[in-house]
Amino acid sequence: MSTALLPWVIGAPLLGAALCFVWQGRSERGAALFGVGSITIAALLSALLGSDYLRSGTPAQVHLWTWFAVDGLAPAISLYLDGLSLTMLGVITGVGALIHLYASWYMRGDPRYARFFAYMNLFVAAMLLLVLGDNLLALYFGWEGVGLCSYLLIGFWHQDPANGYAARKAFITTRVGDTLMALGLLLLFRELGTLDIQSLIQQAQLRWPIQDGQGHPLATAACLLLLGGAVGKSAQLPLQTWLPDAMAGPTPVSALIHAATMVTAGVYLIARLHGLFALSPVALEAVGWVGALTLLLAGGAALVQTDIKRILAYSTMSQIGYMFLALGCGAYSAAIFHLMTHAFFKALLFMAAGSVILALHHEQDIFKMGGLRHKLPVAFWSFLIGSGALAAVPFITAGFYSKDEILFAAWGSGHGLWWAMGVGGAFLTGLYSFRLVFIVFWGTAQSAAQTRPHWSEQLPLFTLMLLSVIGGALALPAVRSVPVLEVHHGLILLLVQMGVGLAGIGLAWRRYGRPVGLQRQPLRGWRRLIHDGWGFDALYDRLICRPWMGLAQLNRADVVDSAYTGIVNLNQAAHRFARSTQSGYLRLYAVGLAFGLILLAGVVAWT
Amino acid sequence: MDLSLILPLLVLIPLLGGVACWWTERLSLAWPRWIAAGCFTVDLGLVLGLWAQADLSLAFSASPQFFWEFQRDWIPRFGISLHLGLDGLAILLIVLTAILGLVAVLCSWREIQQHVGFFHLNLLWNLAGVIGVFMALDLFLFFLLWEWMLVPMFFLIALWGHKNPEGRGRIYAATKFFLFTQASGLLMLVAILALVWLNHAQSGIWTFNYLDLLQADLSPTAQYWLMLGFFIAFAVKLPALPFHPWLPDAHSQAPTAGSVDLAGILLKTGAFGLIRFSITLFPEASAQFAPTAMALGVVGIVYGASMALAQTDIKRFVAYTSISHMGFILLGVYAGNLQAMQGVVIQMLAHGISTGALFVLCGALYERVHSREFSMLGGLAARMPQFATALMFFGLASLGLPGLGNFIGEILILIGAFQTAPVLTVLAASGLIIGAVYSLLLIQRSLHGPAPSTEALEDLVPRERGLLLALMALLLAMGLYPQPLLDLAHGALFTTLQLYGGAGG
Repeated sequence: MSTALLPWVIGAPLLGAALCFVWQGRSERGAALFGVGSITIAALLSALLGSDYLRSGTPAQVHLWTWFAVDGLAPAISLYLDGLSLTMLGVITGVGALIHLYASWYMRGDPRYARFFAYMNLFVAAMLLLVLGDNLLALYFGWEGVGLCSYLLIGFWHQDPANGYAARKAFITTRVGDTLMALGLLLLFRELGTLDIQSLIQQAQLRWPIQDGQGHPLATAACLLLLGGAVGKSAQLPLQTWLPDAMAGPTPVSALIHAATMVTAGVYLIARLHGLFALSPVALEAVGWVGALTLLLAGGAALVQTDIKRILAYSTMSQIGYMFLALGCGAYSAAIFHLMTHAFFKALLFMAAGSVILALHHEQDIFKMGGLRHKLPVAFWSFLIGSGALAAVPFITAGFYSKDEILFAAWGSGHGLWWAMGVGGAFLTGLYSFRLVFIVFWGTAQSAAQTRPHWSEQLPLFTLMLLSVIGGALALPAVRSVPVLEVHHGLILLLVQMGVGLAGIGLAWRRYGRPVGLQRQPLRGWRRLIHDGWGFDALYDRLICRPWMGLAQLNRADVVDSAYTGIVNLNQAAHRFARSTQSGYLRLYAVGLAFGLILLAGVVAWT
Repeated sequence: MDLSLILPLLVLIPLLGGVACWWTERLSLAWPRWIAAGCFTVDLGLVLGLWAQADLSLAFSASPQFFWEFQRDWIPRFGISLHLGLDGLAILLIVLTAILGLVAVLCSWREIQQHVGFFHLNLLWNLAGVIGVFMALDLFLFFLLWEWMLVPMFFLIALWGHKNPEGRGRIYAATKFFLFTQASGLLMLVAILALVWLNHAQSGIWTFNYLDLLQADLSPTAQYWLMLGFFIAFAVKLPALPFHPWLPDAHSQAPTAGSVDLAGILLKTGAFGLIRFSITLFPEASAQFAPTAMALGVVGIVYGASMALAQTDIKRFVAYTSISHMGFILLGVYAGNLQAMQGVVIQMLAHGISTGALFVLCGALYERVHSREFSMLGGLAARMPQFATALMFFGLASLGLPGLGNFIGEILILIGAFQTAPVLTVLAASGLIIGAVYSLLLIQRSLHGPAPSTEALEDLVPRERGLLLALMALLLAMGLYPQPLLDLAHGALFTTLQLYGGAGG
């Protein structure tokens, strides 16, 4: 019975978006009611569907309609609910509802309040289609939809061209990945004749079996193309550059889209297609390397940022790197587990950052904060618990359990180097996250903070604080749908993994825990390079953007057009020449006539 | 009742309506507008009625099957007849023509104040020619109608175009348009006459009948040269690289209705010609030529999109995006499978609507801001919120957002083309990225950022709002459930592919 409710999980936010859109220009209260209410309904429906699924254990499938059917290509808009999509559903609607509630407080007074909620609800609907879609083309529909909403929301305050630039950069960079993914879809359809996820994986296993430990080249090609899509959406190397700039959007947007949900879509995609990726060891290896490298680069970049949201952005990038690393090891459940706990504590951190930013009148520079421990106690505790979970403080935080599982998987699957990189990343995580906490909340106050606390701000924070602590103990429905990598949990490994995170926190305390005398280091040399995201922006700018735009500008008059103009000019010149012979002077005509005759006579005589 | 009598009626109604427009101008300026709108509405109603009556079970056959044919002798000595036929492809394109004709009338309601009667005469005659082109099954009649389309369009651009104080003006643009299409049309005329002559030499029968000429047995060389004659004529109209330079000028100088017509409908006659005539009359030669044609398509996609990036005039900008989108059509037509061909049809319809709407918006903007330069725009989201929403919507359609018709067209073309030409398809897919770049630049430059002036601007009026909402609904419907369109076009495309693929191999 409850299966019939599945479409309404998407329907509710979609309806909410429509209502908010129509509601523009009217009261904030109404828009908040539609905007938050629709996601809450979706969350309740998800809970209902989830309990049903957990009881019965059979995936639910709802066919809505066949999108189009042409000669064997008949992608269906149909929804599929299993443990994996249920986990995502829980995160999207659950954390999503909390963030929407928080946003109803955060966005107060904005002239386009209703429009904001229309976009947010539309985002949730698209994200749900992404995770519920049972066909790769339907998934792609959601995939592009979330990209659009991300674009609209990053550039929500569009009067400032910088925000528009950030929004375009996000959309276009991810679109590069999307296009690779689309090519992957073309390849899969050409070779396997279907885009239905379940039958596609069956077909792939039949046609592209692993032989002698080698994957079929076409399987590898398809997986690598899909990986291209995943790194774009999930801001991993080499398409990671858009995420820090995406922080131009309102903070609830960063919490929902650029921390908890959309940026994890790449992880979801690979987990969803684990049957396909298992056919290509090379592609899986690539996934792991992408993750391992990104988590280190992003962790390093987070260390030298001064903008509170950019620190969190690089941190997100780094944590998703862990998820990719886990996927690369074949530890799919560990990746999804970290995805879930990360959604809890990173949404918490972003919303707490939002509260700090609002209290300081849109100040985002951490060196202009300081001493906020007593003035903003809720934000302080949120940050303490969230950063604790981020830095994987042993035993009492959710992040500890999920991150340890990833590191164990790396070691257990024989990827010692990845394990070492992950451990190094854990040290960086402890350092940068508590650098932020100590600089912002300890020390002396740099500016006056004004708070206007409200339950709609604090309820989400308290809920997520709780989840960041106990989230590690939540049963993960995803284990029913993705492979679990069983590895030995060695005590020495455990101690090392615990130790480095704490060491990072300790170092942060030594360097930034002092009450006075904190100075920002000048940005010079390699520090500047790391701060600017290791120079990828400049590289892409010089290599692609500027030459391309330059060529286009150079050719603005259209060289092809000039070719035709050339024909015209030639004609006109000939015309002018011919006209100049018609001078009206009889003597010239006579001379011409005479010459012509002589010439003619000559020719006749010659031949 | 014999429904095939409706076929000539579809052409006659706008023809006679045009005369009526000219005559009634003296009564009041409203008369021509209402008559023109009425003609398109009647045509739309008739063709939708025929759609409802169409027997879709005719779908699978190797020789062309038309739902209705109309044939009367005209010049029997040379086997020339008034021969019209309606299949699914023609129905869809005539529906598009009638809808965009209506759009053209509505968007000129305020813009055109001079010679209103003659303006609508040209509009109606132009589209009468187009509707005839979509139905003509006699090559002589086809050529006549093909040329017929040009003259009214020339007048539309030359008489009601934008005045440009410096540089190339409307006369330049109109002349350029005329020369390009006329010169290429001449090539087609030569090819048609040669085809008829060769057929006569072989079979002893003079005929211009398309269905008879399909049987003509030509030497490979002759076939190749004749194919080129047709191809160039259609490629100029499409336009494909390197025959495109007339388009940016014609688009930017034409009045709004002219641009809507050009982009929405006239370009589609090129695509239609390729499908109906070029690849079916000369299948072997076309198959041989396919890699070149597809490569031209890909070059067009990338070149058009890149050129769009550098434009400062919003109408030139849209013109170059059209070139890019038409590249997809060229790629799809020659891919030689049903997915790509269906994609071509959807792309034609969706591009007609989305680009038509973009030109309506450009026109509305010009009426208010009196400029087409991006530097004079910006910040319109705050000053004209409804306008901004509409521009955003059609901009996103143009970048191929799933859920809107353009996506279905592009993805089908890419899926189809990937089966036969993977490398070219990969290159074509880069158009998706550049498409995103230019669409978002359009939105940024016109809607976002600071406004150059704070002068109050009138937002969309109900006429414009209703018009644009209807076009939005159409694109959305096409994007979510295009099946009825695919089903209707299926028979015609299946037959085309039988003729093309059956011989091409």
